[in-house]
Amino acid sequence: MSALGKIAPWIILAILLAVAPFLFTSGTSRTMLSIMALSIIFALSYNMLLGQTGLLSFGHAVYYGLGGFVAIHAMNTIIRNKYAIPLPVIPLIGGAAGLFFGIVFGSVSTRRAGTVFSMISLGLGELVASSALILRTFFGGEEGITTNRSRLAPFLGYKFGPQIEVYYLIACWCFICILLMYAITRTPFGRMCNAVRENPERAEFVGYSARMVRFIAFSLSGLFAGIAGGLAALNFEIMNTQSIGAAQSGLVLLMTFVGGAATFIGPIIGAILITFLQITLSDITGAWLLYFGLLFIIVVMYSPGGIVGWLALHEPIYRVGQLGRLVPAYAINAIPLIVMIIGGILLIELAEWALVKAESDGPETSIFRIPMSTNSVLPWIAGVVLFFGGALALRRTWPLVQDAWGAALARLREQPA
Amino acid sequence: MLEIIVFSTLNGVLYGMVLFMLASGLTLIFSMMGVLNFAHASFYMLGAYFGFEIARRIGFWPAFFVAPILAGVVGALVERFGLRRVHKFGHVPELLFTFGLAFVIEEVVQMIWGKLPVDYRVPPSLDFTAFRLFDTTYPAYKMFMLLVAIGMFVALLLVLNKTRVGLIIQASLTHPNTVAMLGHDVPTIFMAVFGAGSALAGLAGVIAGPAFVTQPGMAAALGPILFVVIVVGGLGSLGGAFAASLLIGLVQTFAVAINGSLADIFGASAADWFGDLGTVTVAQIAPIIPYFLLVLVLIIKPTGLFGTRET
Repeated sequence: MSALGKIAPWIILAILLAVAPFLFTSGTSRTMLSIMALSIIFALSYNMLLGQTGLLSFGHAVYYGLGGFVAIHAMNTIIRNKYAIPLPVIPLIGGAAGLFFGIVFGSVSTRRAGTVFSMISLGLGELVASSALILRTFFGGEEGITTNRSRLAPFLGYKFGPQIEVYYLIACWCFICILLMYAITRTPFGRMCNAVRENPERAEFVGYSARMVRFIAFSLSGLFAGIAGGLAALNFEIMNTQSIGAAQSGLVLLMTFVGGAATFIGPIIGAILITFLQITLSDITGAWLLYFGLLFIIVVMYSPGGIVGWLALHEPIYRVGQLGRLVPAYAINAIPLIVMIIGGILLIELAEWALVKAESDGPETSIFRIPMSTNSVLPWIAGVVLFFGGALALRRTWPLVQDAWGAALARLREQPA
Repeated sequence: MLEIIVFSTLNGVLYGMVLFMLASGLTLIFSMMGVLNFAHASFYMLGAYFGFEIARRIGFWPAFFVAPILAGVVGALVERFGLRRVHKFGHVPELLFTFGLAFVIEEVVQMIWGKLPVDYRVPPSLDFTAFRLFDTTYPAYKMFMLLVAIGMFVALLLVLNKTRVGLIIQASLTHPNTVAMLGHDVPTIFMAVFGAGSALAGLAGVIAGPAFVTQPGMAAALGPILFVVIVVGGLGSLGGAFAASLLIGLVQTFAVAINGSLADIFGASAADWFGDLGTVTVAQIAPIIPYFLLVLVLIIKPTGLFGTRET
């Protein structure tokens, strides 16, 4: 690949990060962009474990949360003593805390891979989350710890009061962290992580300690999670015990897996999508967590490579110019699929309204902007018909996709790359 | 003091036996299918809610028999239409599938029965005092729970060791391929074991619901403890799961009964030296003791107390 080809994606990334707040100018969307940028760092740090090293952690929020708490205490100390330390340095303090706890907990948990590692990470996550509720001075109990970022020393004249200034600070860190984490995947160490994931025994025969590779990957992942936590601290100006608990750990797993753990870019897409859904869906429907759970199960069942993994399947087909073959099959299948999804959403929304809200707000509601009542049978029948009708039709049309794939793959075999 | 010891032992054994009702099913499912079932505690919760709903409409005794069966049917369906499909992708997607499932079950339960605890009461036929010791009474319902748990334990032992079904199950724990070659339908055995494990968890939920609190968070609260039990006991070891269940049941119950803190030992200045740790009582740290135990065991003996296998 030419030098320009190597640099081009990074220039595009930098431009996207720089231009984004001008495309989405409202206050909420700029807040959302900030959260997306720090979620990208968090999800990528998680994928250093899940995707690169094959370690499934259920307690990754520990390093994010502890990084955030240390950062917020550091900010308050700086404000109190009037140290001349500006805000952009704060994420480094969070990162140092993440690295420290990554080393401490990593030395315990990376002895083993696989299921045992997952359970230790879960146990450690619960340990820290429960301890956080007990140690009230440091974690601030239910209210959490607050700070005021604009009271730190100004940096090049910026005081980081407005959200747009904070966004650019987070975007800069986001760019640096993506670059660093990508660079790590290209080093011999990054390759050894992959080797340990695929076959720890053979990695040991090459002369590497699988445990040491896992430990270093775990510590580095803690570092970047801590940076994300530090950015969260200065973005929200508050940290509470929720950010350290199982829900946050589940969220980063959701982002990484839905985006696609097998590719570098997957978690980035996942972080953007899930953050967007989290903020918008929670306004639209009370059942948004149920949708998250269902989305996760569907991705696990039907596309374990995530969104990007699914797209990447088409890359060799695209190379031999056979993508056109797939388009009509996909288009035909999209119709029953969309009908089925609409039916499913209709049923969930009706059930949610009937079970949760009807008692206080009455049976009248509107779904997809169509007014309806949960007491009448018609909307329920419509939901059932759409859902099962779509499912049945999809069964009929699915062989089209299989045939198209078969034909495209046959052509691929004829033309060796 | 003696009073505290006697009652804490009773309650600890009871809690431990309830844990074992869940841990036994989880261990069987894990050793047989290699799946660490994240949603196992969710079937416990389903059992409790099914029991509550049936007890409210028909009565406690029908609920006692029907609710576990319902939980088992849900479990078998999940295996047949969910897990079996994911099986071919490997263990990580299987684990993630059950993780998502636990999440969905919690949301659905919250939607149907609300976020607050439901009023699932001890049935009148069991609502009396079993015995009185040192001026403290012990409810009959807890004795009933203990009996059910012990009965289940004995039944499980008999089924596994004395029957043909138990023989096949034990064989497919270690040699699933050989069992399949002998003509047994391994997928169906998997489905049956998953369903039976879920039913056991459901039974634990039905009887534990009135004694503990029946609320949507009960699965998420118990699930991690359950993992601690089977890791501390040793993955794939039923005897280990039994020992660890009792150990954790007793440790947690005794910790709750102790009201001392470092401040009691070192005087009031402990708060200056240890910060919050100085004034926290043993009872307050009871929830985190199992996780300490987990980390400790994994450092000292990574295979657990009685385990032989690594993963």
